[in-house]
Amino acid sequence: MKVPTAILTLIIGILITLASLWVSQNNGLLPIAAAAEATEIDRLFTAMLAIATGLFLLVQGALLYSLFAFRRQPDDATDAEPIHGDVSLEIVWTAIPAMLVLWLGIYSFDVYQSIDSVGTMGSHNMAHQHGEMEMVAADQGSDSTRLVVDQSDVSPDPLSPAVATETVEPLQVNVDGLQYAWLFTYPDTGIISGELHLPVNRPVTLNITARDVIHAFWVPEFRLKQDAVPGQVTHLNFQPTEEGVYPVICAELCGAYHGAMKTRSIVHSGPEYQAWVDSQLVANTSRETVAQSVTTSPLEHHAAAMGLPDHLHESHQSDLAQAKHSPSAS
Amino acid sequence: MTEAQAPAPHLEEVEVTPWREYFSFSTDHKVIGIQYLVTSFVFYLIGGLLAELVRTELATPASDFVQRETYNELFTMHATIMIFLWIIPTLTGGFGNFLVPLMIGARDMAFPKLNAIAFWIIPPTSILLLCSFFVGPASAGWTSYPPLSLMTNKAGEAIWILGVILLGTSSIMAGLNFLVTILKMRIPSMTLNDMPLFCWAMLATSALQLVATPVLSGAMVLLGFDLLVGTNFFNPAGGGDPIVYQHMFWFYSHPAVYIMILPAFGLISEILPVHARKPIFGYQAIAYSSIAISFLGLIVWAHHMFTSGTPDWLRMFFMIATMVIAVPTGIKVFSWVATVWGGKLNLCSAMLFGMAFVSMFVVGGLSGVMVASVPFDIHVHDTYFVVAHLHYVLFGGSVFGIYAGLYHWFPKMTGRMLNEFWGKVHFAMTFVGFNICFLPMHVLGLQGMNRRIAEYDPKFAALNLVCTIGSYILAVSTVPFVVNAVWSWLAGPKANSNPWKGLTLEWTVPSPPPVENFEEDPVLAIGPYDYGTPKALDFVAATLALPTPALAADSSE
Amino acid sequence: MQGSTADQNQTDITYAATVETAEHHSEHPDLRLFGFIVFLVSESMLFLGLFVAYFAFRVVTPNWPPEGTEELELMLPGINTIILISSSFVIHKADTAIKKSGDVKAARLWFAITIAMGATFLAGQVYEYNHLGFGLTTNLFASTFYLLTGFHGLHVFVGLLLMSAVLWRSRVPGHYSETSHFGIEATEVYWHFVDVIWIILFLILYLL
Repeated sequence: MKVPTAILTLIIGILITLASLWVSQNNGLLPIAAAAEATEIDRLFTAMLAIATGLFLLVQGALLYSLFAFRRQPDDATDAEPIHGDVSLEIVWTAIPAMLVLWLGIYSFDVYQSIDSVGTMGSHNMAHQHGEMEMVAADQGSDSTRLVVDQSDVSPDPLSPAVATETVEPLQVNVDGLQYAWLFTYPDTGIISGELHLPVNRPVTLNITARDVIHAFWVPEFRLKQDAVPGQVTHLNFQPTEEGVYPVICAELCGAYHGAMKTRSIVHSGPEYQAWVDSQLVANTSRETVAQSVTTSPLEHHAAAMGLPDHLHESHQSDLAQAKHSPSAS
Repeated sequence: MTEAQAPAPHLEEVEVTPWREYFSFSTDHKVIGIQYLVTSFVFYLIGGLLAELVRTELATPASDFVQRETYNELFTMHATIMIFLWIIPTLTGGFGNFLVPLMIGARDMAFPKLNAIAFWIIPPTSILLLCSFFVGPASAGWTSYPPLSLMTNKAGEAIWILGVILLGTSSIMAGLNFLVTILKMRIPSMTLNDMPLFCWAMLATSALQLVATPVLSGAMVLLGFDLLVGTNFFNPAGGGDPIVYQHMFWFYSHPAVYIMILPAFGLISEILPVHARKPIFGYQAIAYSSIAISFLGLIVWAHHMFTSGTPDWLRMFFMIATMVIAVPTGIKVFSWVATVWGGKLNLCSAMLFGMAFVSMFVVGGLSGVMVASVPFDIHVHDTYFVVAHLHYVLFGGSVFGIYAGLYHWFPKMTGRMLNEFWGKVHFAMTFVGFNICFLPMHVLGLQGMNRRIAEYDPKFAALNLVCTIGSYILAVSTVPFVVNAVWSWLAGPKANSNPWKGLTLEWTVPSPPPVENFEEDPVLAIGPYDYGTPKALDFVAATLALPTPALAADSSE
Repeated sequence: MQGSTADQNQTDITYAATVETAEHHSEHPDLRLFGFIVFLVSESMLFLGLFVAYFAFRVVTPNWPPEGTEELELMLPGINTIILISSSFVIHKADTAIKKSGDVKAARLWFAITIAMGATFLAGQVYEYNHLGFGLTTNLFASTFYLLTGFHGLHVFVGLLLMSAVLWRSRVPGHYSETSHFGIEATEVYWHFVDVIWIILFLILYLL
């Protein structure tokens, strides 16, 4: 009956470790990973979940055990043994979390650097690129101003494993958030769309801004989110790896219809994407058609109430040109 | 010895605060403490009602219960009330006022009048905030990010800004009072290292209140000018920068999280040893970790802004700083577990809530470390994962801590015992309801449900319904508590001066304590957690020999 | 229980330099000045927040001040600065007078002079406001300028009120004495605080 404490502790430790690993490997909590970056983030999540489960089981187990084992006997009015502390134990539970946190910090940093989602870690490409960004005021009535990016010298970041094997230039898409819709502009082709169409396995750079209030671009399946701030351009770099249709969600409170501000992101196979581009270009020859297809009902409703955007974009031309808020500029 | 066995010798009658005193501009710290507790509990019920309306809307995927605008107003006011009118006033104003002077052997706070003013700012301000429902209250979230906050419900937003400035002022006054009281008013025999841990926690909290709150006021002034005068500090349409607001706001509002949890840490550090009949494990580690948390809490604010276009080096700095907070917090949690371990647990309602606090706070703490990691936060920021996290910290943490404190000190405050049976019913319902309500939210957030939305993807319907049911259980769970508290206050069994056999100084005075607390300055006879020593037995025996005050309702008994 | 390290730790956090030496009596000592200084620490965080916000706006705006904003005149604010800084020395005279010899009359005189100097400063400020080429809402620079100087001006005004209150109270003989002079001392500390804030303001708004 008497099992030595050391062995008992060891067994419990092993059991907790196994349970934590099992839980983290089989959590099924995240939606499918549809981008190269998502896989990295999921791995980080799995690691954190394993540690968290272990600590959770440890603390809850100890509390539950105490609840039953150390219950005061009804006839016992004496105090428990006066133990005021134990220096070595305290050092252990200071040092172990400290090391865990340090490791987690380094690991997170590593993942962050490798996904390079804002495209600035360790390289100054973007700064240069922003320098050449110019604003083209086109067709103020229907689609306001558009960002046109000169991407002549954008090279994929060598640090990023996600794009290391690819030498394809990232597809540039300008994302515009407004109450309560997203507008996607493809500067290469001039296509304007209410949905985000992407070719699979090609790096993408989103240049995100907003017209009225702060929005946030989020595709849960890509695990990527970036605030769309009026008067600023922020970026997201990623590479979709799974074909499919995913929700694009506004994740920053933007007004009464915030919950309804959604659209779709469609990741096509290469030929399919080309077909979509072609069909859009045909439509594009007569601009009215595009304007109509883009200006669907919620947009139309709010376009009138938006005296703000045009004025705003103008007043910020110079700011945008310098990409004043982009991380690389600081 | 849970209830009603008070041997209570009637040696002499002690004067008891007449009930009218509680409605007056009293400068007695105990009266002010109870004024805070009762007022803020009323707002807890109001804030809870708003939360129930929010959850009712979310019971189904469509926006079908209230108007979309109304929905935004509801969650904005829910957060504002719960933070500024419930948790902060209860923990600092309520427990801090009642306990700190008693625990350090002082007759009152350092500045009694300032103390009363700090409290009396709250009722008019809260009525003002509630009145904003007549003009359409603020609806841009409690974070009130511009430019959205500049564009919706102007009158409501203006009231909200004024309200936050006033409540902030009240909080600064209270913080100033606590800091001076704790540093300067202790009995001579009590060094800082002899203080009960709640006082350490209040010291750390008041430093945060003093340093962080003014920055919020500054942000509110600028926002107010933008809203009412037409300046463009935060409005990009006029050249301003909304991100600066976010920095100023979170410079206060992250420390505010510690203002809301540090005092609860302190309460738990008092309650666990008493009911475990065992000294607190690692006194100094717990004391200094409060100070460490308070300091670190000031330099982590931008982790709320990982997706705001914050520069990379800043994201990394704030990520590391945030994660480091896990170390002092972990020290506390492990110390509490070690305190309970090997004790002789008296599983009364206070102890159950206290242990549940540790258990629930751990969940919030672990998810907190996860959201500190930038790459993961990019996914879950502004989702229900964060909603789950913050409620595990602020409800599972702060509110459980408050309940534990209420059960523990109710006899001292009122001179009467709460009913233990209904206390346990209350505990069971709260614990179960809380977990049903908030645990599924982790999954919802990870799966892709963003927060602050009135309508959501139908695939989340089942889990949301579970959450809503949990929230109803939570709502019902307050009924036994309120009835129990009111009933016991009026006619509960009388409490002796030390029903839990505690060793801190508040148990050395009658229940409820007389005006000016101590007839003569107490001398420290025993450390606050010296359980299991012969000295402790003597101490408790001495406290039990104290007179029992004649309570108001006695004449009718 | 290991006192000294704890005290060190604790003073760092609370910004109070001489905490542990305090004597404890059953009649607790007058803590008002200590409390007032703690309040000013808190108050300075308000200004610090606004200063940092100013720098943030400045950094993110391409041209600061924006083109077309009228240059700030240095002459008047320069004189104003000299007046305000000198007034700190004047008010200190009052403090010395009351502390050394309990000379209420001298203290009243120095306070009156300080009030005059403070009022001159405010008048200069109002004059400057009236002759500036930009208004509160002209642009971000103008807004921050008016807000910071206005907020400081408000503090100067409160200082004048405090000094007037001290003057009013000092009519009663014996209200202030060698040993009891919280009002005078606190007002002086406050005035120095307002002065320091102005020096920082002057540096960042006019000179930088």
